[in-house]
Parts: sequence; C-alpha cells; structure tokens
Amino acid sequence: MRHIISLLLENEAGALSRVSGLFSARAFNIESLSVAPTEDPTISRLTLVTTGSDAIVEQITKQLNKLVDVIKVVDLNEYEHVEKELLLAKLIAGKKEDHNTIKRIVDTFNGRIIDVTKNLYTIEITDTCEKIDAFITALDDHLIVEIVRSGVSAISLGDKAIQS
Amino acid sequence: MPKKKEILRGAEIFCRALKDEGVKHLFGYPGGAVLHIYDALYKQDDVEHILVRHEQGATHAADGYARATGKPGVVLVTSGPGATNAVTGIATAHMDSIPLVVFTGQVPRKMIGNDAFQEVDSIGITRPCVKHNFLVKDVKTLATTIKKAFYVATSGRPGPVVVDIPKDVTADSCEYEYPKSIDMRSYSPVIKGHPGQIKRASKLILSAKKPMIYSGGGVILGEASRELTKFARTLNFPITNTLMGLGAYPATDKQFVGMLGMHGTYEANMAMHNCDVLIAIGARFDDRVTGDLEKFCPYAKIIHIDVDPSSIAKNVPVDIPIVGDVKHVLKDLNEILKNTKDKLQENKKDLDSWWKQINEWAKIDCLKYDRTSSVIKPQFVVEKLWELTKGDAYVTSDVGQHQMWAAQFYKFDKPRRWINSGGLGTMGFGLPAAMGVKLAFPNETVACITGEASLVMCIQELSTCLQYGTPVKIINLNNRYMGMVRQWQEFFYSGRYSHSYMEALPDFVKIAESYGHVGMRIEKSGDVESVLKEALSMKDKTVIMDFITDQTENVYPMIASGKGHHEMHLSSERELA
Repeated sequence: MRHIISLLLENEAGALSRVSGLFSARAFNIESLSVAPTEDPTISRLTLVTTGSDAIVEQITKQLNKLVDVIKVVDLNEYEHVEKELLLAKLIAGKKEDHNTIKRIVDTFNGRIIDVTKNLYTIEITDTCEKIDAFITALDDHLIVEIVRSGVSAISLGDKAIQS
Repeated sequence: MPKKKEILRGAEIFCRALKDEGVKHLFGYPGGAVLHIYDALYKQDDVEHILVRHEQGATHAADGYARATGKPGVVLVTSGPGATNAVTGIATAHMDSIPLVVFTGQVPRKMIGNDAFQEVDSIGITRPCVKHNFLVKDVKTLATTIKKAFYVATSGRPGPVVVDIPKDVTADSCEYEYPKSIDMRSYSPVIKGHPGQIKRASKLILSAKKPMIYSGGGVILGEASRELTKFARTLNFPITNTLMGLGAYPATDKQFVGMLGMHGTYEANMAMHNCDVLIAIGARFDDRVTGDLEKFCPYAKIIHIDVDPSSIAKNVPVDIPIVGDVKHVLKDLNEILKNTKDKLQENKKDLDSWWKQINEWAKIDCLKYDRTSSVIKPQFVVEKLWELTKGDAYVTSDVGQHQMWAAQFYKFDKPRRWINSGGLGTMGFGLPAAMGVKLAFPNETVACITGEASLVMCIQELSTCLQYGTPVKIINLNNRYMGMVRQWQEFFYSGRYSHSYMEALPDFVKIAESYGHVGMRIEKSGDVESVLKEALSMKDKTVIMDFITDQTENVYPMIASGKGHHEMHLSSERELA
C-alpha cells in the first residue's frame, strides 16, 4: 500500500543522506521525496512516499524514528490529510491545434500557462500525484519537451498538527 | 563573580573532554590529521594511550574493553586510511550494539572535498555502520559534540559513534566547558516499559503450559542478569541464551538448556519449537537463531522485550511487544510475579510435564564427542580450559568453528565474560579484543580461543600486547583449514574444499617468540591439560598454544539453512528419526 510519511529532522548537513541511505541499505521503496526548511530554520520537513506491506511500513517508520537526526515521524495515512504535488512542464505549442489541445487540457486540470514563446508553453499544475499522472497520460507524448515534478507535499487536515 | 573559563586549543579540549568523561584508555594510531591531538596527549597523563599496530586492532581492542566493562571503548585514528582501517571494527561493534566513540582525524576544513592527501569522506563511509556520527565544524562545538557522542553511544540501544575532527579545528581555540548533561530533542530512548503491556505479558506468562525464555545480548548490555535470573527462577521456566547472551544466565544452572540456534543444543531448539509462550528478552530474532522463519515457534504466543522498537516485529510477528530497558521491564515483571505464588502452584503440573519432556530431549546428549581420541579434539581443549579456569576466565574468540565450540563448551556463569563478534562475524577480532579486556582487568585470566586462519588476521597486535604488558592466553585450535568454510564445503559442496586449506602457515611457536612471547605446540590429547596449566601459571606472559587438532571435526548439532528448530542434524553417525 502507498503511504505518505512526514518527517521533521535536524536541518544539518548529512541528515538527508541518513534518510536516503536508510532506504537503500534496507531495500525499502521510495517513490518520491521532497525536503525544505520549516518556519524554524533549524528544522527541515521531509515528505516521502513509499509503498509496502503494513509490516514493511511499520519497519520504515521505526527505522526512521531511530535515526538520531529525526525529530518526528508521522505516517499521514493514519490521518485525514491533503496531498499536493507541483508539476512544471515545457510543451510544444508551435501548431495552432497543439496550442488549443494544450490550453484545453491545462484548463481541465486547473493548471496555468506561465510562459509562452513562439514554439513552447511552460505550464504548471498543482494537484494530487494521481491527477498529475492523469495529466501526463492525457498529453500526447510528442507534445512533451521537459517535465519536472516536485514530489508530494502533504499535511493533515483538522486540528491535529505535527509539532517538534 | 563566575569563574573565568579557560581558553584551550581544540587538541587540548579533546584531551580534557576525555578526562572529564572519565576515559582511562584510548586506543589509537597517529597520523598527519591528528598530530595536534597527539601533541596534546603527550603533555597530559590522565588518559593512557595504547598504540596499536593497525587501526582495526584499535577498534576491536576498544570493543573488547567495552564488552567486558560496560564502559564505552574510545578510539583515535587519523584521516583517510586510518579511518577506513577502523571501519571493520566499527561495523563489528554496530552489529552487536557495543558502545564505542571513535575519533577520526580529517583534513582541514578548507580542503574538505578537494581530494586532499589522506582525505576520505569518513562520515559518508561510516554512516551505515554507526549509531550516529558527527563532523565537528567549529571548535566551539567540540566539547558539546564529544559529550553528545558519549551520550548517544552509551544510552538506549548502545552503538558506535564516530566524531570526525578536521585538523584546523584542533588548532583553533575557545573557552572550554564540558557540559554536565545533554538534551537532544531528536533523541530520547525509552526506559520504562508500558505498564499495561507488562500486565498483559504477566497474564500470558502465568497462563503458559510450555513456556520458554529466550534471552540475548540485550540483557548483558542492559546489566539485567540479576533481574533475568530472578525472573527465570521465580517461574522455574526453561531458559536459553543466544550466542550474544551467554553468561546472562548461569550456564551451569539446571534451568539453562544451552544456547539455541544453528549450533545450539537439541533441547533448546526443540523447546523453542514446541513452546506455547515464548518470552524474548533483549534478543533480535537473528537468522542464525530462528532458522526458517516459516517454521519458527509455530505454537507460541510471543512476548518481546527490547529497548529498540525497530527490533520488535522486524523478523517475527509479536503478540505482546514491550519497548523499554530490559532491566526496568524485568524489575516490573518480577514485582507483579511476587504475588502470584498460588497461580504458579496451579501451573506446576503442566510445567513438570514440560520439564520432563525437555529432560528427555537433553538425554540425546547432542554435544557428545570422542573424549578418548588421541588426536586432539577441539572441544576437549575448550572443556579443559573451562575446568582449569573454573569457568571464570574472560574468553574472547574469533569467528568460525572454534567460536561455536567455545560457546558450546565453555559454560559462562557470569555476564561480560564471553566476548565475540556475533553479528558481523569478524575474523581477527579475538586477539585485539582480548588485549582490550586485559587492560581493563589486569588481574583476571583472559583467554582468546581462536583458529589459525582468524589469528593471523590481526596477529600484529602481539606487539601491542608486549608493549603494554597485556598477557593473554591464545588458544589456537589449529586444524590447517578455515574450519567452518571446510565444514560447509563438506556438507553442501560435495567436499570440494575450494581455497579453505591454509597452506604455508607460519610456525606459531616462532611467531610468539619473535614477538617476545611464549609459544608452545601441542600435538597429543594427553598433553592438553598440562600445557594449559603451564600457560595459565605464567601470569605475566602472553602465550600462544598451538593445538594441532583433528582436521575433520565438525560443529554439531546443526540446523542447515532453510530448516526449522525441530530439524536438527546431530552428527554424521547419529541421525534423528
């Protein structure tokens, strides 16, 4: 099963490699990983998406907790939560029909065209991982020049919050 | 007015911090990146530096010291090859949860990443085999980092911690203050077990008809032998120890059914297979212990007590997990069990018939070997050593057949007496570890049971033994083979002894003598006892006893890989129905 795990960790050199090293050393899956500082500059927040049986995900959270630099581990699947991922893409829009197709699909997915040249559109979409997959599928391969995805960010809904 | 703090250089801070931490021995080897520190060490006499002959020896010696004393072992090596040579010893300590603090020198900060002379990414290389590691980037954080390193290494589930110190940091100066205690928001090991879980566990324990206690190295690390013994005796339950847990419960006690696992006793493994309640204490269900997981303890409800939550339900699902320091949890359990005499009386009949069954299994005498052989049987040497030292020596070992025979035939009644590389299985561990133990306990008998293949892996430490006067007794069970490799090749590779024969071996008597020690060669069974006696009586001499043993002896009993506890192989002559 797919799990989204949120970590608070010390914003120190090497902390990220402890997390990624753990996944490779213990042969855990990692689908996406995103990390940035929080409002407290000494703490980074890392969101990772992994898949595995309940037993494996239990081991993943326990092993993450064991890392000395990790302050807090939360498996967001245990909470109501929202997840978002940002997609940026450069698409070929030289021909009129391509231009229209892109506009239509981007609108359908509530995206934005943020830059336009004679030949290329640069677009952005923020949505769930699933929707972004669907967007990419909806585009003809020949339209895609370049794609970048941010990896999933997620946060719990309601009154519960992660605190260090 | 507050006392003015002293201004010290980084190298001096290093020495002072070790002193303030109560470190008595530092195992090390100098080099360019740590020269400032070595200069500061020269000017002090609070910490004794032990100059090893190879950095692997430093980590193993510190490790042996830590296993025997319970205090952290401390190591200082230089950057680059100094650090990489130490890695095997660090990984050895990591697998067995031994507290070490290893200081590695590093090139100056401005040169890090420039492929400087003797530069290696020590933090990166050691990351997967340490509990934690630190790079000191500012002299102002040096003292606090050292305090953190000792705290992390020794608390919770212990383990090695590496502190990487760039050379220029040891030249910089700042005010020195050693913190009295340390608080880390990202690290707080659990001590007390959950009272509800402990209560549930006690109920399950009292409902058991065929109970079994399986305890591991965690009991020794957690200093909980006394509590474990009380627990087992109150209940009159059978108890087995893992390879790492030997000595946590007295091996000569009637409730002790021997070691379990691949080369454990028949009775211990059969009791594991047939038990209805398994109480695992400070053990981690290692593959050499469990055999095939599909066949592991098929009838048992399992209670698992461990300080490390990630050890629980890692390999085997558990019914009642208790996260906590084993000493605290056992104390709490013992407190509950104090008032349950009636219930225990009720269970007596079931327990008696369980014991009857176990004693039947024990009658097979699975550790039987030919005691009348004129060729020296390795088991015989270990048994004689046990008799002559009255079971009270510190015994280190290397890895292989001799290690298993030591575990089977030296009956450890006390914790911290049996010192071996159980998890990583590091050949070359025994001799430097013995040296570390002898430094900690100069008046105790320290023996290293080894084989000719393992012994040569760190034999250079014989020099260190002479320099620091650490007279250890080396029992070389010399069968001219890498015995365990040979055994597996005999069993599983149709006797194709690929590269397991030790050709061109040195003369161990002359080796001992050339290093300034005593060497003896023993070729007949009849001489074993007298030679051991003679060697043990030479209190101030390191002695290598080169026992020329039976080349084809195998370690029995054995559970082959993919088999369960109930599928043991007794010996080539004796098969179970």
